[in-house]
Amino acid sequence: MFSYSPLIVLFPLLGFLFLGLAGWRLRSEKLIGIIGSGSVGLSFLVAIMIFVHMLGLPVDQRKQSVELFTWISTFTGTPSSISVSVAYQLDQLSILMTLIVTGVGFLIHVYSIGYMRGDKGFWRFFTYMNLFIFAMLNLVLADNFLLMFLGWEGVGLCSYLLIGFWYDRKFDTGGYEPGKATTSDAAKKAFIVNRIGDFGFLLAMLLIFIHFGSLSFDAVFGRAAVLTPGSSIMVWITLLLFLGATGKSAQIPLFVWLPDAMAGPTPVSALIHAATMVTAGVYMVARCSVLYALAPAAMQIVAVIGALTAIIAATIGLVQNDIKKVLAYSTISQLGYMFLGMGVAAFAAGIFHVLTHAFFKALLFLGSGAVIHALHDEQNIQKMGGLRKYLPTTYWTFVVGAIAIAGIPPFSGFFSKDEILWKTFSSDYGSIPLWFLGVFGAGLTAFYMFRLVSLTFEGEGRYGHDVHPHEAPRTMTIPLIILAFLSVVGGLVGIPESLLGGNAVEHWLGPVFDPAYEKLRLTPHGVEATEYVLMILSVGVAAAGIYGARVVYIRRTELAELWRRKYASLHKLLFNKYYVDEAYDKLVVSPTVKVSDGFLWKGIDVAVIDGAVNGSARLIAMVAQNIRRVQTGIAQQYATVFVGGILVILIWLMFK
Amino acid sequence: MDIQPYLLLSAITFVIGVVGVLARRNAIIVFMSIELMLNSVNLSLVAFSAFLGDVTGQMLVFFVMTVAAAEAAVGLAIIIALFRNKQTVNIDDINILKW
Amino acid sequence: MIVIRLEDLLYSAPLLVLTSSGLLALIAEAAGRDKPVISYYTSLIGVITSLILTFLNLGAGVPVFNNMILQGGYAAYCNLIFLSSALLSIVLSRSYLERMQYHRGEFYVLIVFATAGMMLMAAALDLTIVFLGIELMSICLYVLAGFMRKKELANEAALKYFLLGAFATGFLLYGIALIYGTSGTTNLVVISRSFAQLSGNSLFLIGCGMLIVAFSFKIAAVPFHMWAPDVYEGAPTTVTAFMSTGAKAAAFATFVAVFVRVFDIPGTALSSVLALIAAASMIVGNVTAIAQNNVKRMLAYSSIAHTGYMLSGIAAGNAEGEQGILFYLVAYTFMNIGAFGIVSWVEQQEDRKLKFDDYAGFSARQPAVAVLMSVFMFSLAGIPPFAGFFGKYYVFLAAVKADMTWLAIIGVMTSLVSVYYYLRLVVLMYFCEGESDVAAKVPLAAISAVTLAAVLVILLGIYPSLLVDMTKGFFKI
Repeated sequence: MFSYSPLIVLFPLLGFLFLGLAGWRLRSEKLIGIIGSGSVGLSFLVAIMIFVHMLGLPVDQRKQSVELFTWISTFTGTPSSISVSVAYQLDQLSILMTLIVTGVGFLIHVYSIGYMRGDKGFWRFFTYMNLFIFAMLNLVLADNFLLMFLGWEGVGLCSYLLIGFWYDRKFDTGGYEPGKATTSDAAKKAFIVNRIGDFGFLLAMLLIFIHFGSLSFDAVFGRAAVLTPGSSIMVWITLLLFLGATGKSAQIPLFVWLPDAMAGPTPVSALIHAATMVTAGVYMVARCSVLYALAPAAMQIVAVIGALTAIIAATIGLVQNDIKKVLAYSTISQLGYMFLGMGVAAFAAGIFHVLTHAFFKALLFLGSGAVIHALHDEQNIQKMGGLRKYLPTTYWTFVVGAIAIAGIPPFSGFFSKDEILWKTFSSDYGSIPLWFLGVFGAGLTAFYMFRLVSLTFEGEGRYGHDVHPHEAPRTMTIPLIILAFLSVVGGLVGIPESLLGGNAVEHWLGPVFDPAYEKLRLTPHGVEATEYVLMILSVGVAAAGIYGARVVYIRRTELAELWRRKYASLHKLLFNKYYVDEAYDKLVVSPTVKVSDGFLWKGIDVAVIDGAVNGSARLIAMVAQNIRRVQTGIAQQYATVFVGGILVILIWLMFK
Repeated sequence: MDIQPYLLLSAITFVIGVVGVLARRNAIIVFMSIELMLNSVNLSLVAFSAFLGDVTGQMLVFFVMTVAAAEAAVGLAIIIALFRNKQTVNIDDINILKW
Repeated sequence: MIVIRLEDLLYSAPLLVLTSSGLLALIAEAAGRDKPVISYYTSLIGVITSLILTFLNLGAGVPVFNNMILQGGYAAYCNLIFLSSALLSIVLSRSYLERMQYHRGEFYVLIVFATAGMMLMAAALDLTIVFLGIELMSICLYVLAGFMRKKELANEAALKYFLLGAFATGFLLYGIALIYGTSGTTNLVVISRSFAQLSGNSLFLIGCGMLIVAFSFKIAAVPFHMWAPDVYEGAPTTVTAFMSTGAKAAAFATFVAVFVRVFDIPGTALSSVLALIAAASMIVGNVTAIAQNNVKRMLAYSSIAHTGYMLSGIAAGNAEGEQGILFYLVAYTFMNIGAFGIVSWVEQQEDRKLKFDDYAGFSARQPAVAVLMSVFMFSLAGIPPFAGFFGKYYVFLAAVKADMTWLAIIGVMTSLVSVYYYLRLVVLMYFCEGESDVAAKVPLAAISAVTLAAVLVILLGIYPSLLVDMTKGFFKI
């Protein structure tokens, strides 16, 4: 059965190749849609078959690698021999991720058939989407770091292509370059910020290879399992890996690209920037749990960064007015929870949250897509309202998603989030302050989600009279209903034992994380009574958040305005996203500009490189303008530099 | 045989050649300075050859002279082509390509 | 008694065939007026025959002509690079020169002779041959750079290249003289045997330093790089393609032949000098490239940056570095020549259509060409699964292994920077509106040449081991 696993990867690849080569000839959108989503659907079926097969196997036989071919084999026989295969590793973790990617991916593909109808780039869209699924599956199924990196880069490329899909549209960044930025600027920003993370991943990979002499997961983790914690190289490796994760999963300090990434079509936001790609960082940390267990210091950093990101993104989400931006900050915040889970050694709980988050966040994004669709590309929630009666299906499914993310039982978000919070409270690696941040964030989450629901669906319509909202076509509503169903029941697979559940997810994933748990020597403490108290507490906080939002935004709408005026500076700070974009711009760019202003006025004139979107690019461009002036065009000055170089070299050689 | 005076003379002429390349503005004189550098190296080579009692150095000198002749032919042709277009051989005026 | 053996001639067949074809083309050119096509086909046949003979010669390296040159093995591998570069340049040049109205038979003759010079450089076992090879190649390139002799830019490029090149030759010769004087021989194999004791001699070290300078000039490494952007911009585009691939590869081939295969530099001051030059090249090349608006000039700075990457392999001086460079050279040759080839299709007379903006919306009119260009750009940026990624991977790995982690970090960070300017072109082609198109109908031969380059870039990105394993035995003589 395992030998069928390459098929999972093959179908999206075939879909991509077919659509990429012949798609532009196909007149029928229906055909393109069927091919595009069918290829992912087939992968999903194969994944389910393998999953069912796995269920029937004893625990120790559930992990298996399928090697396709040897990819690189060099320096054989020397100490630096590299041998990397294209091989797929199936185990409890990767099959779970595969099910999420193909399952949710399939639903979003189906939804896209309706959403993208009539777009001139219809075939191009499905081509990129299939390529994305292919790359993402390589990422999660890879059995070595290099193949994983290939998928990692591949999803980054697809994300770039899809954010900039409507490349000529203007895009409101909510900050820098107002009115000028286009979606391709947003795409470039995402790509560049991600490269910073990738740089960390690449260096970590080099260090891993030098330290362990291999890149295959089995070899590296096998050799790591016999080490004892405390070596500084492990801290470096894990921190560099985490740098990669902060890029891909939009954590502090690299989260700035994700809100801008909302410039892409909404199904892209749902698939790539909510359900799958952005969780790749979490998956990677979980996959390397053994390495992290060897570097407890790094785990602390992961936990703190995760908690801070969760809270900071949630506060920003409180005041944003773009429906997709709110969801984007919510995604960043939820990813923060997952990293918090990783950092406190609640690996299984973190992955559980990846699963439930994929359901409800995809649902929320697709719901927002239906709203945007109905209002003809309006995204500002201040100009919505009262949509409940026009879009009943969207409304009800959206509310389900909102309850799920707010953490009200028995909806799925409750179980996964509470598991993380409980572990943060009780684990050796967690702490009360972190737990407090988590609970506070949960309250904020409930508040901003129901602010969103209230402003969008309740009250009076604030859109123009010429707009007549209408419910989305069935290709869009059916995925919504399925995802809503999953958001309700998805959490049932992980009901904790204290609530008389089986905690199936924890047991299923157990074997993958056991080596890490052994290293960490976790001592479970905290009693069930405490767990109940905390559970009730967090549900209470969430309920308070929901209630508060409904009071402020439905019954006493004047309160919102009052508060905004009373706490104007705080509102401004949050609305401008703590000025992080501006800070990056100012801190790196401005000093250089000042220094070079006097004598390089001409250089600066030329230096305004079209479309330079972010600070670092401009900084480097500025430096570049200075350096290029060295090249004066006069041959003798070249010769002088040449002679200078010779003198330096000769002196170095003489005195070294 | 004491080789040092020869080497010293060769080094001095070489440096004179380098300074000529850096300081003179006329492309033809710059080129002549380069020829001076090559010939000072020839002096070293011949001196080493005599000192070591080995003929390779002298053989190399012949190659250098041949190559220098070929280079002169090409170099002068390039300078003439440039003069036809620009009416100047002043190196400071030849700077359209820069930055 | 010194004699030439039949064996020597047989092993040198690729070189001899190529040179003869050049001479034949020259005679044909002198005999028949205004028939550049004859010269084109003669040199094409010469290059292809030589390529085939080189393939047969790939086995172990054999010293021939009284240990003056090495044929087969390392030399054959490098010859494959030079000959492919020459082949692609010749094919691309024909339509380009016709369009620019400079189609003359001498052009191909010069390319062939320059290639012969490169083959001598890679084969050299003696400093005399190193010198002759470099000069044979350089003199031809001086002429090629100024081939469009009515154009001021071309004149200027040729003059700068010539003056600075001759200047560098002075240092090369001085270095050879000092090494000869201190070691008593010009034969590299003999020198290598006494390298350990010679490396204490300061005159010998100065000689090596001069060689580093001269080679650094030819590979365009900082601070000896300043000719490169000007010459690359002013020379005909297909000549730039040839210079930045074949000539650079040849200079690297001698660099490796002298400093890696013969001298034992790891741990000496020489290796730290090389590391510094490498770091400077990566930084200056990548950062300056960002500020360029002319695609040719951007590619020139990018080629300086790639020099830096490859040089870190030499500085590391270990097996990974050596094999890494040899792989990198091939990858670089194909991706760069492909990129320049496409630039030459877009370019129009009077240096028009060379700016970045001239590529805006290119994908709309030439989707296939845009895909090819993107492949080259992604590969140059070092994004997997293209060949450029593995080139970088190997040399950075080599640097880390040689305890030069700082060099690898500079390398990774600067290649991060490079993504910006390579991608800028891709973004313009795909995400912006514009009227750009190729200048004229591109002939099939040129299209297949560039497509071949792209296919190789992808193939080597997926199967780098095809090449890397081949180079294993090249470093023992």
